[in-house]
Amino acid sequence: MKILEMNHIRKSFGSLDVIKDISLSVSEGEILSIIGPSGSGKSTILRCATMLETIDSGEIIYLGEKAAFTSDGGNVVYAKGEKAKKINSNFGLVFQNFNLFPHYSVLKNIMDAPIHVQKRDKAEVLETSRALLKKMGLSDKENYYPCQLSGGQQQRVSIARALCMKPKILFFDEPTSALDPELTLEILKVIRDLAKEHMTMVIVTHEMTFAKEVSNRIIFMEKGVIVEETTPDKLFNSDNERTREFLGKYYNS
Amino acid sequence: MSFSVMLEQLSSGMLKSMGIFFWTVALSLPLGLFVSFGRMSKNPVIKNIVKFYISVMRGTPLMLQLMVVYYGPYYLFGMNIKSFRFPAIIIGFAINYAAYFAEIFRSGIESMPVGQYEAAQMLGYSKSQTFIKIIFPQVIKRILPSITNEVITLVKDTSLAFSLAYMEMFTIAKQIVARESVFTPFIVAGIFYYVFNYIVAAFMEFIEKKMSYYR
Repeated sequence: MKILEMNHIRKSFGSLDVIKDISLSVSEGEILSIIGPSGSGKSTILRCATMLETIDSGEIIYLGEKAAFTSDGGNVVYAKGEKAKKINSNFGLVFQNFNLFPHYSVLKNIMDAPIHVQKRDKAEVLETSRALLKKMGLSDKENYYPCQLSGGQQQRVSIARALCMKPKILFFDEPTSALDPELTLEILKVIRDLAKEHMTMVIVTHEMTFAKEVSNRIIFMEKGVIVEETTPDKLFNSDNERTREFLGKYYNS
Repeated sequence: MSFSVMLEQLSSGMLKSMGIFFWTVALSLPLGLFVSFGRMSKNPVIKNIVKFYISVMRGTPLMLQLMVVYYGPYYLFGMNIKSFRFPAIIIGFAINYAAYFAEIFRSGIESMPVGQYEAAQMLGYSKSQTFIKIIFPQVIKRILPSITNEVITLVKDTSLAFSLAYMEMFTIAKQIVARESVFTPFIVAGIFYYVFNYIVAAFMEFIEKKMSYYR
């Protein structure tokens, strides 16, 4: 079953075409990594998929429901109201800079939206939250505030916060780029554990070795287009000159 | 006139000054937040009207504004303004301070990182939930020092009510000085203002401390 389909997406900022006719899809349980140089549009495609940016044309479909499509007139029509809410509840996003709410404790960061947005039962949410914190190795930190935690701990809280919403697909936008190598390993371990549970994920990352190890499929993007889309093994033995050049930079450094 | 009689008169005046102060704070803070929304409106008509309002409030003397609010209805509509003195003072102060508070609110709201809005959007919060639960509490913490500044200025500005012949504390002090040819009422008035401001500042510091549990 396809969780996400993006067809013929275009997006420009002013005269700069950031996404040029990109199509991709993600099936249930699949882990897709998107790699590529800075400015290739990989974060933008993620932000389009999560409705943080509006697309200029194309369509976005979650579980068969159209979140956005291009009308006959050429305008992009987004789902509205209850339908939009339902579609948006399918996905979660983990940010590069965590974006935790600094005035909320760890537990409140995780519990507030499930209780006040999804109107779930408080006791159930508390149980789910504590289980997630345990999984993240943060059981002793539930009453801490974000400013009292390390970057790696903050990112793990933000992953728990996203998971507590029970999304069908989780997006990661360079989740380790703000972290030092040691803290990066903490986060990669968490994502690896999620992979073992067959969580559907799309990961934009610069961690090539990790992408190779954890993904079912990798997209290499550059200048707004998909250069190559294949399995990790094939990508890392690619004949494509540009792919080899990009990956070579990582391996030779 | 004995010292105790003078003190009594000044104290009753101080109560009136405090009345102006509390009414102004209570009205101008919410009004200021409302005005800041207009100032940040995407509608250019609303935005420019509010911008003009703020520039007039900041660009003309408060004393003049008080006089316009009080005497304006009489000259424009021939309204009987005898019982309108106190409301006119409160309206004049409130619309003036709301303009300053609006700009403080705006600075706080616009300084919020966009990531907070995006995180809230990802978690499905509505626009009003996002503002009330996520943005506004953090804005308050950011702008509290600026609010304290304005509030302290307001304590001293209450003396401008003398321009509408309102018997607040400083008006009484000046009358006693003129009548009795003594200087002590001014010193007492200074002490009153200082003590009141000291309490106001201590209270604001207390709130700041209460919000210092996060960064």
